[in-house]
This record gives sequence, C-alpha cells and structure tokens, in this order.
Amino acid sequence: MQKYSVFSLIKNAFKGHKDWEVAWKDPTPKAEYDVIIIGGGGHGLATAYYLAKEHNITNVAIVEKGWIGGGNVGRNTTIIRSNYMHDENALFSELGMNLWRNMSQELNFNVMFSPRGIINLAHSDAQMNVYSRRGNSMRLNGIDAVLLGREEVKKLIPMADFSENVRFPIFGALMQPSAGTARHDGVAWGYARQADSMGVDIIQHCEVTGFDVANGKIKGIKTSKGNIKAKKVGLCVAGSTSVLAEMLNMTLPVETHLLQACVSEPIKPLLDRVVTFGAGHFYCSQSDKGEMVMGGDLDGYNSYAQRGNLPTLQHVLTEGIAMFPFLSKLKMLRTWGGIMDMSMDGSPIIDKTHIEGLYLNCGWCYGGFKATPASGWTFAHTIAQDRVHELNAGYSLNRFSTGHLIDEKGLGTKTWIS
Amino acid sequence: MLHIKCPHCGLRSQNEFAYGGDATVKRPELNKEVSDKEWDTFVYLRKSPRGKHLEFWHHISGCRQWFKVERDTVTHEIFKTLKPNEDN
Repeated sequence: MQKYSVFSLIKNAFKGHKDWEVAWKDPTPKAEYDVIIIGGGGHGLATAYYLAKEHNITNVAIVEKGWIGGGNVGRNTTIIRSNYMHDENALFSELGMNLWRNMSQELNFNVMFSPRGIINLAHSDAQMNVYSRRGNSMRLNGIDAVLLGREEVKKLIPMADFSENVRFPIFGALMQPSAGTARHDGVAWGYARQADSMGVDIIQHCEVTGFDVANGKIKGIKTSKGNIKAKKVGLCVAGSTSVLAEMLNMTLPVETHLLQACVSEPIKPLLDRVVTFGAGHFYCSQSDKGEMVMGGDLDGYNSYAQRGNLPTLQHVLTEGIAMFPFLSKLKMLRTWGGIMDMSMDGSPIIDKTHIEGLYLNCGWCYGGFKATPASGWTFAHTIAQDRVHELNAGYSLNRFSTGHLIDEKGLGTKTWIS
Repeated sequence: MLHIKCPHCGLRSQNEFAYGGDATVKRPELNKEVSDKEWDTFVYLRKSPRGKHLEFWHHISGCRQWFKVERDTVTHEIFKTLKPNEDN
C-alpha cells in the first residue's frame, strides 16, 4: 500500500496527481469467506480492520448496500467523548478514546481528531449535583472530568447567553477536556483503505436479501450479487438492523428512528469546544470549514426515511438559540437525517446470537460515531474468539430479559422521548 | 410536516400530536400466569417494520384522545387513522 505523507504528496503533485493508487479495490465477491461483515459503515470497516490486524483473519468481506461513508458514518455530528457514568459505558468508551488518539498514525490517514473538550451546560442546582456525581464516577474510571462554575464557563464560551433573566440560566457545566471531534468520513476511508490493504474485500452496492441458516448454524448470505458462503457473519447495519433481523426470524429490543443534524453557513472561528444545552437536547460545535454543526432530538416516531421533518428541527434550533443567541443571525446551509437503531435502554448490543456463527452489533442510538474504534475492536474479538470481551460483556442481548439494563439516561423503553 | 387525521377533530398538523409507539404490542392478559419471556416480549421486543406500521398517537394539544395511525415508516404516508378500539 502506498504510504501517505507530505513527501508522497509533493512527489504526486509534480506528476499532476495521476499516479495515486486507488484507496481500496472494487472486487467481485468470492464464493466463500471466513467472515462476512454486513454493513460498510464505520463499525463494519473497523471490525474488518481489527479482525485482520488483531486476529490475523483476512479472508473477510464487507458487504455494503450503498457506498462506503454514505450511511451514518457520514451523517453524524462527529462528536467523540467518554463522559459516561455507568462502568460498562465508561470503560468501553475510554478504550475508544485511546484508539482515537492514535488513529491518524495507525491508519496513515488524517482523521483530524481534535480533542477540544465537551462542555455539558447545567441550568439548575439539581443538575450541578447530577453532573458532579457523573464527573466523580468518570474520574473513578480514569476519565478526565472537570466541574465548572458559571464564571469559568463564561471564560470558555463567552458567546453563550449568560444573562440573568432567561428561562434556563447557566449555573455551570461538566467538562471532559479530552473529548472532541474527528473528520467522520475520513475515519471510514482510513479504516477501509487499511482493511483493503490487508486483504479484506469491500463489496459495495451489494444488498443482503436473505440468510442461509441450517441446523442452527449460519452457512452464508444471499445478496443482490449472488449467494456467498461464510463460516461467520457479523451484523453492523445500525438503523437497518430490524430489517435483517426479520429475515432471520428474530425480534430485537430495538426500534429505528430518525435523527436530524444541520450546519449553518461558514463563519470565522468562534467556538473551539463542543457544547451541549442542559435543559433540552441540543449540541453544537464548529467545523474546520467554519460551519456551526448542530443536532438534537429524534424526530419522534419510527422512521426509515433518512430525511427529516421541519417541526423537530425548529424545536431543536429554538434550544440552540436559547443557548447561543447569535445562531439566529445565521443562514442554514444544509440539513439531513440518518436512521438510528434505538435500543430499549439506550445502550448498544455487541453479542453472539442463538444462531451459531452469527454475531450482532447494534443499538447504538445517537452515540455510534464515537464508538467506532471500540465497537470494531470488541466486535472483532467477539467474532474471532467466539466469545465476548470483558469490555463488551455488559452489552449482551439477553440483558433485557435478565434485568441487567444499562440505562445511562434513565429513559426506559420509550426511545422516542429524548 | 405530517398531517394527521384525528378521528375526533379531523386533519391537524403534527405539532398538535405526541407519539405513543407500536400499537400492535399486546400486554399479557390479566389474572393469568405470565412467564418472563412474555414480559420480555411485551416490554422490550419490537418488530420495527420498514413499511406499514400501526402506532399510537395522542392528540395532546387538541381533544387529548389516544388513537391509532397506520403509517409507512419509509414514505411517512398515512393510510388511515382509527379509534383505539377499532381494528379497521
């Protein structure tokens, strides 16, 4: 594989950029693979990469209905964090943070990881108490957390509304300084390029239409490009999980919902942190191009539409303007939607299934992007070793029936209430 | 913007309604032994179909009545709305 560096850039610039190798090939599917990963999003690509790198399993195919980077990995708001209270989520996400820090070097692809810190605003004494508890839990798990008072927050984000007579005055905040953002499609391309170089077949525009299961064991998959045999199959299809589960006669504790995001027109550098509104659901950061990147609530009803509806966007931006009044002066550049696999406790599922050789990775809710490396790493382990790693042992499929839920937000099963 | 026909008030805009989830989920029968599996299925498991979906909505800023909507989860087309005790 061609190494990307400043020297290769200069060399190719002199040749008119005509000698760059393709980043990944476009192979026709083989008759059989050791492992097939369904879904060429961030998680699927990361899984294939870690299967090859950590477990030496390279006879692997990724089967993707659309194209690499076209799903949620290219639709999210790029936030990376590990500010969780529960041990399962905190330790899992912190593995991810460590992988994020070295990702550009490891993948030889600039994923523009920017640990700019995330600020969760608090708007009451009670919320400060909750954040203080969460911050302490984070620190016990070795994650950086700082509780900030109103004046300290004001120094970091003076453009927020600090007036006294507002409905939700800013009391303070919980900050994770090591959190940040990354270039989301770069993450997909980086993993795809490395996985391809180690022998993984990335098969795009290939839709799964069925499964071949015999005697409780997976034998292969049926696709729009023909049948492919496989010893093991992993599902990494986010919002389409329930559709594939139906083909397998499985009903899962997951519902598919729509989440919107939007960006404003680009403006000069203003905001150098990720900030979330504590009295609703709104988050904001500024991209390197200068756009304000924003998101918030689900549209609120089951949807596979991948496009949003105006009332939710208006509601979310009302919160945004309450937090950052200057946003009302900006024009909207783009809005879009992606479909989320909302699990019934808000935490993901990475587990084996009752079908031998079939593995499940789903339920990421709104938090899939930051989990990309840790999800791939633990899912690759689960597939390769045919047993869960201790870091994803809590994300079991049967935790709903046994009562071992990981309900970080305490929302219960009404996934559309956010 | 969805336009939802409340069986009592007629066609109104989405802002007046709150969502109530899958209307095909059946609570286990009262006064009968309920297995863990039945509870699990009732509380957590959802078909989440891609296509026609029967769901509850609440006309919360209107007549405050609950009713059922048959809607396509891909196109968002609404086929029909029903009172909670109606089947078709």
